Amino acid sequence: MARRPFDIRAQPGFGFIALITFFALYLPIAALVAYSFNAAESLSHWEGLSLRWFVSAWQNTAVQDAAIRSLMLAVWAAALATIAATMAALATTRTAPYRGLTFKYAFINQPLMVPEIVTAVALLIVFSRIKVWTGYSGMGYLILAHTAFCIPFAYLPIRARLESMDLTLERAAADLYATPWKAFRHVTLPLLRPAIIAGFMLAFVISLDDVVITEFVKSGGQDTLPTYMLGQLRRETSPEINAIATVFLALSVLLVTVFFFVNRRKP
Amino acid sequence: MSDRPARNAIEVRSVSKIFGSGEARFAALDRVSVEIRENEFFTLLGPSGCGKTTLLRLIAGFDFPSEGEIFLHGEDIAPLPPFKRPVNTVFQSYALFPHMTVAENIGFGLEMLGKPRAEIEARVAQMLKLVRMEQLAGRRTSQISGGQQQRVALARALAPQPKVLLLDEPLSALDFKLRKEMQIELKRLQHETGITFIFVTHDQEEALTMSDRIAVMSAGKILQVGTPWDIYDKPAERFVADFIGETNFLTGTVDGIANGVGRARLGSGIEIPATIAEGFAPNGAATIIVRPEHARAVKSGGHLAGTVETIVYFGTDTHIHVRLDQGDVFTVRQQNSRSQSCGFEIGDRAGIEIAADGAQVLRD
Amino acid sequence: MATAAETAKHAEQEQVRRRWLLSTPALIIIFVAAIGPLFVMLAYSFMAKGDYGDVKFGTFSLDGWTSVLFQRDIFDDTLGLADAHLSILWRSLRLSFYTTVLTLIFGFPTAYFISTRPPHTREIWVFLVTIPFWTNLLIRTFAMQQVIRNEGLVNTALIWLGIIERPLQIMHTDVAILLGMVYVYLPLMVLPLYASMEKLDFRLVEAGYDLYASRLQVLWRIIIPLVKPGIIAGSILVFIPSLGAYVIPRILGGGKNMMLGNLIELQFGSGRNWPLGAAISITLMAMVMVALLVYVRNATRSGAGHG
Repeated sequence: MARRPFDIRAQPGFGFIALITFFALYLPIAALVAYSFNAAESLSHWEGLSLRWFVSAWQNTAVQDAAIRSLMLAVWAAALATIAATMAALATTRTAPYRGLTFKYAFINQPLMVPEIVTAVALLIVFSRIKVWTGYSGMGYLILAHTAFCIPFAYLPIRARLESMDLTLERAAADLYATPWKAFRHVTLPLLRPAIIAGFMLAFVISLDDVVITEFVKSGGQDTLPTYMLGQLRRETSPEINAIATVFLALSVLLVTVFFFVNRRKP
Repeated sequence: MSDRPARNAIEVRSVSKIFGSGEARFAALDRVSVEIRENEFFTLLGPSGCGKTTLLRLIAGFDFPSEGEIFLHGEDIAPLPPFKRPVNTVFQSYALFPHMTVAENIGFGLEMLGKPRAEIEARVAQMLKLVRMEQLAGRRTSQISGGQQQRVALARALAPQPKVLLLDEPLSALDFKLRKEMQIELKRLQHETGITFIFVTHDQEEALTMSDRIAVMSAGKILQVGTPWDIYDKPAERFVADFIGETNFLTGTVDGIANGVGRARLGSGIEIPATIAEGFAPNGAATIIVRPEHARAVKSGGHLAGTVETIVYFGTDTHIHVRLDQGDVFTVRQQNSRSQSCGFEIGDRAGIEIAADGAQVLRD
Repeated sequence: MATAAETAKHAEQEQVRRRWLLSTPALIIIFVAAIGPLFVMLAYSFMAKGDYGDVKFGTFSLDGWTSVLFQRDIFDDTLGLADAHLSILWRSLRLSFYTTVLTLIFGFPTAYFISTRPPHTREIWVFLVTIPFWTNLLIRTFAMQQVIRNEGLVNTALIWLGIIERPLQIMHTDVAILLGMVYVYLPLMVLPLYASMEKLDFRLVEAGYDLYASRLQVLWRIIIPLVKPGIIAGSILVFIPSLGAYVIPRILGGGKNMMLGNLIELQFGSGRNWPLGAAISITLMAMVMVALLVYVRNATRSGAGHG
């Protein structure tokens, strides 16, 4: 009789728990998506498939407003954060430790280490006073706040890429008569491009997802999609929220998938 | 500008490179001076950390000397950034640009110099031909083998027609067979282009076979500069003799010095003729070296006597280690023949006969 | 003409200048919109509260800090322990701890499972963990609500199976918050665990079996000690956001089952006690810093041990 060979990697029950975990990770999402196709007036029962809630969400001007604001905010914050993070990464990698380097690391990663709610109320305190002083209550506050917490995320892939990049390539460029600017333009930047794109996408998703800081920093009438949804969740919810969430989810999955493949492609 | 003759491609004048300060102060180069002639294949040879790569980096412009001057055809280039020096480098890791094709890599330097497109294309084609890579011009550098990458790195560095080509251990990443091929290839390229090559290596055999002249370096200093023959047969210092080839070190006294030759009295009391290193100052004991192939083990007589300790068979030859009566071990290398063994067994008494021109007296 | 030594010095100064110029935008943005406000908040925690929110600017008062743990009796003005605050603090610590333990129980086998897949399928499993990780936290919380609400998946299924007759009230309980946090933070446990398991050298496991260890002994004496850095990293990554959770308890816990995040919001909203809110925020931040310090000390020590 053939006995199954001894698999040194196997641990009893681990595969089973893993499958439960994956099931549990996707079950709620599946439920959420399923209910968005519910024809019924409320979430309490199921009345068959329908796209009515997608149509209703699409025609809801408050949702349109919030969606446009979310996207605009994410583009601005991600762009600014990526530029600042790229510059900072160039200044903090591939160098012998110098005075102030640890300080810079701590500073750049600080937004990751403080609970969001704490940053949110601190920003509320400061910005509410500035709003009173200056009378300005536009999108600037949200863009600034989002840029700040996006920087560490944009910084992450760019720094990683730079650190794996050999300085000799830039040296070789200089040896072949490239001035420092030309070496950056023709060698460093093209090699860094995938990481900059990755950093931008990470920052974009992070900004798009933010609820807490936005909720506390926004002025009246500045709802983003997540804060709009948070507001709606307080009430008795209709499947319209599911429809919005489903579209949002699809967008996130799309972005993560693109990110995954961009990152996987070896240069 | 200076009016010195242009026979020297590179002239390094008492250059020092200091890293760190205070306790951590470390002199990677200590007042090094060397002259490298035009069209020469010049090698900087030494163990890792001896300063050979630092010197190369100073010539390339990746670092600046703490003191001293570096002349290229009479012009001090030490303060110039690398992109203003007519000097190109073949890097140890090749440093090929991964986002460019083979042809784009080779044309990069000319492009940076702002040469017209037609000239670049012609030159790239010429270079591809020179390194025999014509059919791979459009490939990415990640899609070619290590040996091919090596050729591209060479072509790229040669394309802008530098006055001097610097090679930083360029063969160390290749396997044995490919390395031998590239050694020949490099000699051919140097001959065909007529460009001065400065080659850095820690491999003494590579240095001996390829170079016109060699500078042996240790601990930030150049110990000896000379032809391979000079370096091997007339080492001036213990380090040079020890680093290159196998050597027997003997102590004795020296007298009767005239015209670089003298008489060395060995521990056994016997005197033999010896060449004397430049700068030798006779004061008591001297170090005398004999290469293993310049001595012979004999059943009786000879200049030294001892007991056979080990016998190691190498195929082409046999090494006999003899424990001298004075206490040291002396190694003799004997050519093998098919019909006979070396004629000694462990424990036998043996005499050592040193060839008439086999002994060299060191400076230190 | 400058000498080489002068050029070298000049180049070095230029590099120092460029490094600071390049990092300045990031540093300024983070200072203005992240670090600076924390110091302002620290100052606010020592001011007297305003009558309609905000503070009486420039006053000094310790009331904000004392009311973190104590409350003044309305009748005799004595200080007593603020039971409400203490129970919220306790709930935050307890639920965060449970969340960490539960995510570890499910996350460890999952990460191990992924790391023992063949290389080409491994990426797909990692991708499957990454998707929920990058999905909006609000949406995932909302998704959990779909499962546990009274007319949700679990209750519908249980009633249909005839196990229960009336829906279980899971929403608006501590259990709901716990389920939500485990669900939301699970990827944060799996990913660092996977990162350290991926590097696991299975020759060491072979050596363990060769020396007569059983599967359990190999797991306990070889695998777990080797991936300890991942376990610590994952635990910290789950514990810290759990402690500061705000959205999950707000949606799943209802109004009553507050955690520290909600208590903070309350002070800046209807509580109208900004100094207290600031003081609780700083307390929360201090707790997070302690957890991070423990992590850093552990990480450096195990790093030195294996290095």
